Amino acid sequence: MSALETAAASISPNPSPPRIIKVDALARVEGEGALYVRVRDRQVQDIKFRIYEPPRFFEGLLKGRPFSDAPDITARICGICPIAYLTGASQAMEMALGVTLPPGPLHDLRRMVYCGEWIQSHVLHAYMLHAPDFLGMADAIEIARAHPGVVERGLRMKQLGNRLLEVIGGRACHPVNLKVGGFYRAPTVAEIRALIAPLERAVEDALETIRLFASFDFPNYEDDYTFVALKHPEVYAIEEGRIVNNRGLDLELAEFERHYGEDHVAHSTALQGVLYGDHGPAYLVGPLARYALSYDQLTPLCHQAAREAGMAPVERNPFRSLLVRGIETLYACEEALRLAKGYEEPDRPAVPVTPRAGRGFGCTEAPRGICYHRYDLDDEGRILSARIMSPTAQNQKIIEADLKGVVQRNLDLDDEALKWRCEQTIRNYDPCISCSTHVLTLTVDRD
Amino acid sequence: MVLVIGVGNEYREDDGVGVWVARRLAAHGLRAVERSGEGAGLIDAWSGAARVIVVDAATAGAAPGTLHRFDATRTVLPRGVFRCSSHDFGVAEGIETARVLGRLPPALELYAIEGARFGHGTEMTPAVAAAAGRLVDDLLSVTEGWR
Repeated sequence: MSALETAAASISPNPSPPRIIKVDALARVEGEGALYVRVRDRQVQDIKFRIYEPPRFFEGLLKGRPFSDAPDITARICGICPIAYLTGASQAMEMALGVTLPPGPLHDLRRMVYCGEWIQSHVLHAYMLHAPDFLGMADAIEIARAHPGVVERGLRMKQLGNRLLEVIGGRACHPVNLKVGGFYRAPTVAEIRALIAPLERAVEDALETIRLFASFDFPNYEDDYTFVALKHPEVYAIEEGRIVNNRGLDLELAEFERHYGEDHVAHSTALQGVLYGDHGPAYLVGPLARYALSYDQLTPLCHQAAREAGMAPVERNPFRSLLVRGIETLYACEEALRLAKGYEEPDRPAVPVTPRAGRGFGCTEAPRGICYHRYDLDDEGRILSARIMSPTAQNQKIIEADLKGVVQRNLDLDDEALKWRCEQTIRNYDPCISCSTHVLTLTVDRD
Repeated sequence: MVLVIGVGNEYREDDGVGVWVARRLAAHGLRAVERSGEGAGLIDAWSGAARVIVVDAATAGAAPGTLHRFDATRTVLPRGVFRCSSHDFGVAEGIETARVLGRLPPALELYAIEGARFGHGTEMTPAVAAAAGRLVDDLLSVTEGWR
């Protein structure tokens, strides 16, 4: 669990030029981070999105351990999206060991539990953390006072996400039932069928959620982003696919590091993702990227809900990521429902794996964006080297770019309003700072 | 029947104290679950329970091992004291949201042990471990009639 210490934002009065606004600990984001902005002559001169959680050294911790340890250890990087780490590490190990999950129940269970994580994570962020920004309220407790039914709906949906994790993953927090090759125990048909009625209600709740979010006023801001996401020919990519972008790059997982890497910057303890070449270095992962690149793979109901919410097939306003999370929540509910209805118990809960030397890659769509893993194993299946690139690390540069643009266009706002707008901009990315230190104190310095 | 909810991360030193206490109480036959401290998940966890005890780590500026106790059904909780505050919707936010929505259990006590270290590791500082041991004994005696 990350430590998010609530500290009051401090804003320095306009002393003499330049003007500085400072937030020493960002609220409503996961982990610890800060933001510093300096403005002179009505020009943003410097933006630093600073992550100050200590680096976690998970990669070093994995060296020498058996391949089977990687899913559970890396899942501890984050309390919010353990399934992303469990699945990405398992996939990479399966590739290294030369096995694949066959189409059928094991494959479906992995996708279904991942849908649970999307529902849980998207609903928590959208309802409890991001929606207050659009309602002009400090937090979800204020929303609960003014609109109890809204918060009740959010809690109901999140509870369903938790149930999916409990039934398939063994428990809602840090699931224990996933492993390389599949699961320790496959749920019974009765256990999965019991999810059908609540999932049917969740589809209705998700539609109501999208209608609610569509009524919000979204700040005007757009950019020509380089979107990067997984893509699958048939379904909206979650747990598998090729890594594609909207500039024509279409990669197998093994090719990813030839085109994407990480930079270390002095103001952050986390590495920052970079795209090499003409369209970099900053790129965007997460809901906006997935939606733009895989719109065609969404369901007819998602398309209808998006149209009714006034959404285009590509959304370039990062504040509208809230709407995209609503659409993705609907998709995850529909998809989990489809899989639950078709579930039959597998012959065995996992495919057998035999240790051997090899290299494997894994990449899945964590709720915040692609999470990439690479491992090398020795003859006995021990980990020789590991590399993990978390979604928030990859989004850091684009968050800084957005902040620069948003501040530049909103210089007429007073310090308090500008500070809030900056925090809202960061929350567009649902940044998971724990994962990226692998984020926030806000300082705006202006004259 | 009483439900104990141990909150925290056993891999973050003193942050693991709530989980440690919950496991010890479970070993003595109490119904106990572990949670990360994310508030909405807590509301879910205590749904239907009549008596709930939440154990967490605290960062209130007191001496390590200091025990803070709150009767959450009577007291509005201070924010920023409890260690586990995922995405800033943590224990205090979960409890206050539940209060607004009328979803608090009939009895809800919160015990928070002041921690000192929250780095990477599974060892608790001696003062915190000692306080955790005392809390287990106290809770075993308090809950005797509830099991």
